Amino acid sequence: MTTQVPRAGETPQLPAAGSSTPGVALAGARFPGGPTLPDFDPMSLSRVVAQLANELFAAPIPAAGAPSPADGSALAAAPSGPSAPSAPLPPSSPASPAPTSANVPVASGVGDVDPRSPFDAPLDFSAITAPSDPFAGQGFDPALSLPLSLLDPRAPSPELPLPAPQGPPASPAVPTFDAFEISPTSDPSIRSLGNAPFDANVLKREFPILNEPVRGKRLVWLDNAATTQKPQTVIDRLSHFYEHENSNIHRAAHTLAARATDAYESARESVRRFLNAPSTREIVFVRGTTEGINLIAQSWGRRNVGPGDEIVISWLEHHANIVPWQMLCSEKGARLRVAPVDDRGQVILEEYEKLLGPKTKLVSFTQVSNALGTVNPLAEVIGMAKAHGVPVLVDGAQGAPHLGFDAPASGADFYAFSGHKLYGPTGIGVLWAKREHLEAMPPWQGGGDMIRSVGFDKTTFAPPPAKFEAGTPAIAQAIGLGAAVAWLQEIGVGAAIAHEREIVAYAEAALREVPGLRFVGTPRERSGAISFLLGDVHPHDVATIVDRHGVAVRAGHHCAQPVMKRYGIAATVRASFGVYSTREDVDALVGALLAAQEVFA
Amino acid sequence: MSELSDLYQEVVLDHGKRPRNYGPLDGATHHAEGLNPLCGDHLTVFARVEDGVVREARFAGDGCAISKASASVMTGLVKGRTQAEVDALYERFHALVTEGPVAAGDPESLGKLAVFGGVHDYPARVKCASLAWHTLRAALRGEGAPVSTE
Repeated sequence: MTTQVPRAGETPQLPAAGSSTPGVALAGARFPGGPTLPDFDPMSLSRVVAQLANELFAAPIPAAGAPSPADGSALAAAPSGPSAPSAPLPPSSPASPAPTSANVPVASGVGDVDPRSPFDAPLDFSAITAPSDPFAGQGFDPALSLPLSLLDPRAPSPELPLPAPQGPPASPAVPTFDAFEISPTSDPSIRSLGNAPFDANVLKREFPILNEPVRGKRLVWLDNAATTQKPQTVIDRLSHFYEHENSNIHRAAHTLAARATDAYESARESVRRFLNAPSTREIVFVRGTTEGINLIAQSWGRRNVGPGDEIVISWLEHHANIVPWQMLCSEKGARLRVAPVDDRGQVILEEYEKLLGPKTKLVSFTQVSNALGTVNPLAEVIGMAKAHGVPVLVDGAQGAPHLGFDAPASGADFYAFSGHKLYGPTGIGVLWAKREHLEAMPPWQGGGDMIRSVGFDKTTFAPPPAKFEAGTPAIAQAIGLGAAVAWLQEIGVGAAIAHEREIVAYAEAALREVPGLRFVGTPRERSGAISFLLGDVHPHDVATIVDRHGVAVRAGHHCAQPVMKRYGIAATVRASFGVYSTREDVDALVGALLAAQEVFA
Repeated sequence: MSELSDLYQEVVLDHGKRPRNYGPLDGATHHAEGLNPLCGDHLTVFARVEDGVVREARFAGDGCAISKASASVMTGLVKGRTQAEVDALYERFHALVTEGPVAAGDPESLGKLAVFGGVHDYPARVKCASLAWHTLRAALRGEGAPVSTE
C-alpha cells in the first residue's frame, strides 16, 4: 500500500495476512510492499489448471479441483460494508467468493469454462473437418483434452475425438451462452471504505497528480471532459499487473497467462456490473468510445444500412458520433439526418421525432454533450425510436463518468464509453451491445483470438465478445479500467452524481458573476461541463492565462464543430468537472478568469 | 519560467485588439487561406506583388490575440520585401517562436518581431503565432489549397 489515504471516518489499518476483513486484506495483498502473495491461490481455478498442466500425466487429477484451505473462512468473510457486496475481489484474496471444490461443484461458475481461455471452450471442430483442409483432424490433441474433460464435464462437445470419459459424464451439447460467464471474482484494486461520506477534498488526495504543482500553483484540473486523472488504486493496479501478472491472455498454459486472463476477464465482469448488463458476453473491450462507434458503423451498419436508409444523430454530437456515420452513409448511399437543437443547446424533440420513419435504421445520440454539458433526454429519445422499431446507440463518453448507465433499463441497443474519461487508463474503452446484435453482427477485424478455427477453405468465428476483440487487446488498460469502474462504484455513482451536480450548480452561479462572461449552452439539465466566452477575449488566450494560475481548462471547438457553428462561434472555453472537483477549484477558476480580463482590459 | 507578460506584451495586446492591415485587399495578386484545425483559427492573407516585391499585404479572419497580432505585425513588416527576403524573415521568426530570442539572432534586426520572444515558452501557442506566416508564404508560392497547421 503506497499512498492510500483513508477517507473521513475510516481508520487506517495495516493489512494482515489472512485477515477476515476483506478490504483490508485486499489493500495489503495487491500492492508492492504489502504482504507477499501466496504463489498458489486455491481460489483461482485458472491457476489450478495451469499448475496441474505440468502434472497431467504424472498424477491423477483430483476431480473436484485443488485443495481449498481457506474455503470456510472465505465465504464467512464475505464483504460487509455497504458497498462491499458489489465490490469485486482480488484473485489472490483469501476472501474471494470464487467457487471452490469444497462448496461448489466445479461444473458451475468459472468451472464451466476452460479457465485458460474462456473463449476456447466452445471450439467447434466440425468446422475444420473438410477433406481439403490439410489440418483436418490434427488441430486437437485428445491427450490435451484430458484435464478439461475432468475438470469440466460439459466442455467437450460430442464431435471431439475424446478418450473414454474418466470423469463425470459429459453433457450432450456445446455449453450454453451463460456457461461462459465469468464469475465476479478478482479485482485487487478494492479496499474497504466503510461508511465514509463523500468528500471530494479527501478524494482528491487519492489522485497523486492533483498534488502536482503547475506553474508554481496548485493544479486545478477542470479538463475532465477531455480526460480524467487517475486514482492511486488504478495506477497501482497497472503496476501490479506488470509486476505480477504480465502475460498475453487466453492462450498459454503457463501460470502468468492464467493470472492475466483472470484479471482481464474479471475487469470485464467489473464493467458488466457497472453497466448492469446481463452478461459479460455483451461487454466488448475496444480502444475507446470512438472505436466502439466505428465498430457498430462498420459491422452492424454495413450489414443493416443500405441505399436510401437513414441514420439519425443530433447537432450536439462529438465528431466521433458524426464522421463514422458519414463514412457509412457515403459507402452505402444512405442519408445522415440531424436533429436540431434550440438556443439553450437542447435537442428539439418534436423535430427529432419528425426525422424518424420507415427509412430510419439507427439513432445514435450522445448521453451528454461534451461541448455544452447538455444531458440528453434519453428516455424520450429512445422511446420515440423504439416506437418506430429503430435501434439506438448511445455515446456514453461523457455520460458514463458522470451519470453511469443502466444498459438493460435504458432500452438502448448499443452503448460506448472510454476508460480514460472515467478515471481509468487511456487506450481502453467499452462497447456494450445487446447479445442478439453481437451474435448477428459480422466481425469487423480479423486476427487471433476472434476465431474458433481457421482453415484455408473455412474459418469460423468465436462467439462474442471474442469475435470483436481480434489481436492482443490492451490487457493492462482493461484491467486498469476494471479497477476504475469498481473504484467509482465503491465511492458510489449516486454520491458522485450528487456531488458533481452540486459543483456544477455552484460553478454556474459563480461564473454568472464574472463580468462579460457568456454561457454557450444553458440546458435545463447539465452534467460535467460548462462552455462559455469571456467578453471578446479569445478562448485560447483565456486558457493560456488561467493555466498560469494553475487552472487547466479546454479552449477550442471540442471536436464538435457543428454545434459551434450552430452558435456562430469557432471556439469556447470549457470547464469540466469530476468527482474530485471542489468549490475551491471553481473559486480558483473564477479568480483566474478575472485575472485574464485584467490582462485584456 | 517566463512571465505571462512576456507572451502578452503590450504591443501584442494592442495588435490583437486593433489589428493593422485588416480586411480584404483590392487588387491582390496573391492570397491564401490558413486554418488551424485544432482550435478553429481561420485567416486569409492577401498580397499585392509587383516586380517580385510585396507592395502590400493584408489579412482577414478570426483568431486569438497571438495569431491576430502576428498577422498584424507580419503584414506591416513584409511590405517592400522580395519573396526571398520574406522567407529569410520567416526563418528568423520561426527560430524565435520555437527556440527563443537567442536562436533568432540579432534582436535589433528582428524589429517588431521581437515582441513574440515569449511565445517559445508556450509550445501550444507556436502554431497561433505561425499561422499567418505559413499562409502568406503559401500565397506567395501561388498554392491554391488552404494551409493547415496540422
